Amino acid sequence: MEINTPALEVHNLTASYNRKPVLWDIDFQLPQGQLIGIVGPNGSGKTTLLKNIMGLMEPDSGYVNMFGQKLDDVRERVSYVPQRESVDWDFPASVLEVVQMGRYRKNNLFKRLTARDHEIATQSLEKVNMLEYARRQISQLSGGQQQRVFIARSLAQQADLYLMDEPFVGVDAATEESILKLLTEMRQEGKTVIIVHHDLQTAYEYFDWIVLLNTRLVAAGPKDDVFTSNLLQEAYGGRLTVLSRIGDLIAKKDFPLRESDFKEKEGQGDG
Amino acid sequence: MDKLLEFLSFQDPNVRTVTFGTIFLGMSASTVGTFAFLRKRSLVGDAVAHSILPGIAIAFMLFHTKNPFVLMGGALLSGWLAMLLIEHLSKATKLKPDTAIGLVLSVFFGIGILLLTSIQHSGAGNQAGLDQFLFGKAASMTRNDLIAYGIVALILLITVILFFKEFKLLSFNPDFAEASGLPVKRLQFILSTITVLAIAIGIQSVGVVLMAALLITPAATARPWTERLVVMMVLAGIAGGLSGLVGSYISFAAPNMPTGPWIVMCLSFLALFSLFLAPRRGVLARIRQQRQNRRKILSENLLKSFYHLREHNPETLAFSRGEILEKRAFSEVEYKTALRHLRRHFYLIPEGSNWRLSEKGYEEAKRVVRLHRLWEMYLTERMRLKADHIHPNAETMEHIITPEIEEQLLRELGYPETDPHQSPIPYPKH
Amino acid sequence: MDAFYIILTAFFIALSCGTLGTFLILRKMAMVGDAISHSVLPGIVIAFLISGSRNNIPMLIGAAAVGVITTVLIELLHKKARLQEDASIGVTFTWLFAIGVILISAFTGQVDLDQECVLYGEIAYVPLDLIVTDTGTILGPRPLWISGIMALIVLLVTRIGYKGFFITTFNPDYAKALGISTLIWHFVFMSLVSLTTVISFESVGAILVVALLIAPPATAYLLTGRLRRMLLYTAIISLLVSIGGYALASWLNGSIAGAMATVAGILFAGAYAVYKTKANRRTKVSFQKLPS
Repeated sequence: MEINTPALEVHNLTASYNRKPVLWDIDFQLPQGQLIGIVGPNGSGKTTLLKNIMGLMEPDSGYVNMFGQKLDDVRERVSYVPQRESVDWDFPASVLEVVQMGRYRKNNLFKRLTARDHEIATQSLEKVNMLEYARRQISQLSGGQQQRVFIARSLAQQADLYLMDEPFVGVDAATEESILKLLTEMRQEGKTVIIVHHDLQTAYEYFDWIVLLNTRLVAAGPKDDVFTSNLLQEAYGGRLTVLSRIGDLIAKKDFPLRESDFKEKEGQGDG
Repeated sequence: MDKLLEFLSFQDPNVRTVTFGTIFLGMSASTVGTFAFLRKRSLVGDAVAHSILPGIAIAFMLFHTKNPFVLMGGALLSGWLAMLLIEHLSKATKLKPDTAIGLVLSVFFGIGILLLTSIQHSGAGNQAGLDQFLFGKAASMTRNDLIAYGIVALILLITVILFFKEFKLLSFNPDFAEASGLPVKRLQFILSTITVLAIAIGIQSVGVVLMAALLITPAATARPWTERLVVMMVLAGIAGGLSGLVGSYISFAAPNMPTGPWIVMCLSFLALFSLFLAPRRGVLARIRQQRQNRRKILSENLLKSFYHLREHNPETLAFSRGEILEKRAFSEVEYKTALRHLRRHFYLIPEGSNWRLSEKGYEEAKRVVRLHRLWEMYLTERMRLKADHIHPNAETMEHIITPEIEEQLLRELGYPETDPHQSPIPYPKH
Repeated sequence: MDAFYIILTAFFIALSCGTLGTFLILRKMAMVGDAISHSVLPGIVIAFLISGSRNNIPMLIGAAAVGVITTVLIELLHKKARLQEDASIGVTFTWLFAIGVILISAFTGQVDLDQECVLYGEIAYVPLDLIVTDTGTILGPRPLWISGIMALIVLLVTRIGYKGFFITTFNPDYAKALGISTLIWHFVFMSLVSLTTVISFESVGAILVVALLIAPPATAYLLTGRLRRMLLYTAIISLLVSIGGYALASWLNGSIAGAMATVAGILFAGAYAVYKTKANRRTKVSFQKLPS
């Protein structure tokens, strides 16, 4: 399926963690203005995929485009919400200070934030209903509140594409609902929201599009095309043993995931 | 050379004491240190070593003696206290373990220094020698010291042997140890106590600051060589003992050279040596493995090119260099390396200026092509990859798939005839 | 006057160390700081041998480079030689420190450093090392000037780079996603730590640099939940440590650096008591709230 200027295009991405392949030739495109879930069992490489998309890890092969451009050219339009557990919440910072980070840019790092920056940060906090906690120390927040702070920080970036890693983990039902409402509003404003999500039960209800992942891409498309018992069975019905055996072998023998010189000599192969 | 012979003859009782003392201390610290290393607590050992100082100073201030057992008692107490504090601070406050370690280490050491300098300046009689705890005092070890440390070292070794199984479980799988009903708390207490003891006697040879090396570096040296704990401990012990020997020789041959730092130098060289050169786990072994991988990829690719040429020109058997390079762009060096390798194994046979596949070479080429096409099958059938995306992946995997995995692939795919591009999958002759 | 010089020098050193130490412990790199403070020794000795003095600026920077190399070495041992991280730290710093001590022993005549000085410095001699201009005016002790300039640089860089240090310390992945180079910030930071360590080394010695790097920020960390306030408290604690350390050392007639570490420990114990009572009160309050 070809999509006009996809919000995200992942092309033949192969990635490994500790030299062990975690993602095999992932290849898909996602449209703009949708709420999209990346779904798969534990250890299926969802977070690794997100980190590779955001350039936080170096893939073994393949590339990623956003709005048809390289990440470096569209950073202003892309926002990333890391997993809540990835930071130390004992860090000496207030809620507002964390949200203001969403206004940090490469080229304003040595300047003061402008009045406009402060305004946007405050409004973002208001959107997630956390304004009254603005001066709170971040360690005093509940899991759901911490998650909302991260989302507010992301909102403050005023991006067009949002990539969120497990924003519903450790969140109570009421917060989950309010976050979902916020995400739906964002979609209505034409934003694209991509969410790594581990809960199959709610995935169908939450998202318009779904990417089914289990170290390989099982399916990517509108949720009704993807949520078939066949495909779900394939994604959740266990690991492909051949694949994991080869993965172990590659790690053990320090084998390259791609012949290093392959890229330059592409297109001469008949297998 | 004469010096070395003189040293090794151990005529001088003083040399004997010092040498056996350092070897002894090195071996016991290395053995106990192996557990600290495996439990990823080597820096706690470093902190304990520093924290022993105030204990020694206070013991001396209270009892006005340099009796090794008295000082060791003080050392043991303050070392223990430091260990407990580190544990408590990283559990009961928001301080992280590394901060707790650094805090306890430096503050205890500071208190020790304050007390020691205060004792020195007050000129309290026989204070001389206390400051030798800082850098070790191997060179001035007496017979009495040797006996005292010998007894402690013996206790350590016996404890390690008695509780070997339990300590092993504690180091490799603490959760399981807890679940299987072992008295984990008590065992940890014993292990910590012998660690503090090993440190308390070990600082005699290398001093407080370098004690960490005596605990960690032998274990780091031994680790790349083995997967077995017993072997690792023995190797670590040997590294510790050997370094003690070298260290005391150097300060014997060059009297103004300090023993402790030379022991550490020797240990570090042993560690670097094995981290680089150990078979399988060493850096060099990995580089060699990677080169082997590259060579395998290259020669199999060349084999494949011969196969493809033959597939397209069934009448011809021998091909020229030009024809091969047209098929696949090998660089000059790559082509030569691969050719040499294949010729040596009689996969290729010369025919005039051309080359052709031998029977053996043909079968091998078939195997590589078969794996490639099988894997492409697998990618499309099982991984739902589009046919125009599978080639690069298969291009690599054809070199790594083992006969066992091939077998499994064949079974799972039901021995297919052709690949997704409709090229035939070649099977072995029989 | 001598006491004033000593206390002021001590304060400048403690201030530089504490400011950097704040970020060091928040980055969970306290033990890397410990390693650097040991491993700059060979750098200092070699710089000494080449230049014949220790207050030569290019040589200070050269010695500091050894500190940065230490972090790279630790990283290499960990990543390339696959040695676990705590062991890489331990192996690296003991090795470099041993080289330093051996160099001192080998060149006893030429290096004005002895083993005791390496461990606890000689801040008591600060007033003796005076800068005298060509015209004969005395400008005050050399270490005072150097540590003062160092403190100024550290404060300035922290002030200017505050946002950069803040975000790359709290959430490096997010910073990277914004296009901020965490690597550059890391190296700027480690270079500052190394330079400060080298400059503090002769005054307070290897291990007490660690005390000043870690103890005051750890104390401040227990007292507040804001980075700016943590930096401010660290500065105040540094001042108390300098004054208290001098007083304690004169009373016991012992090492000033050792006394400063001791005072830092005492202040930490006080902060710990405050922290615990606060924590207890908080749990009590929340228990009372629970039924409603």
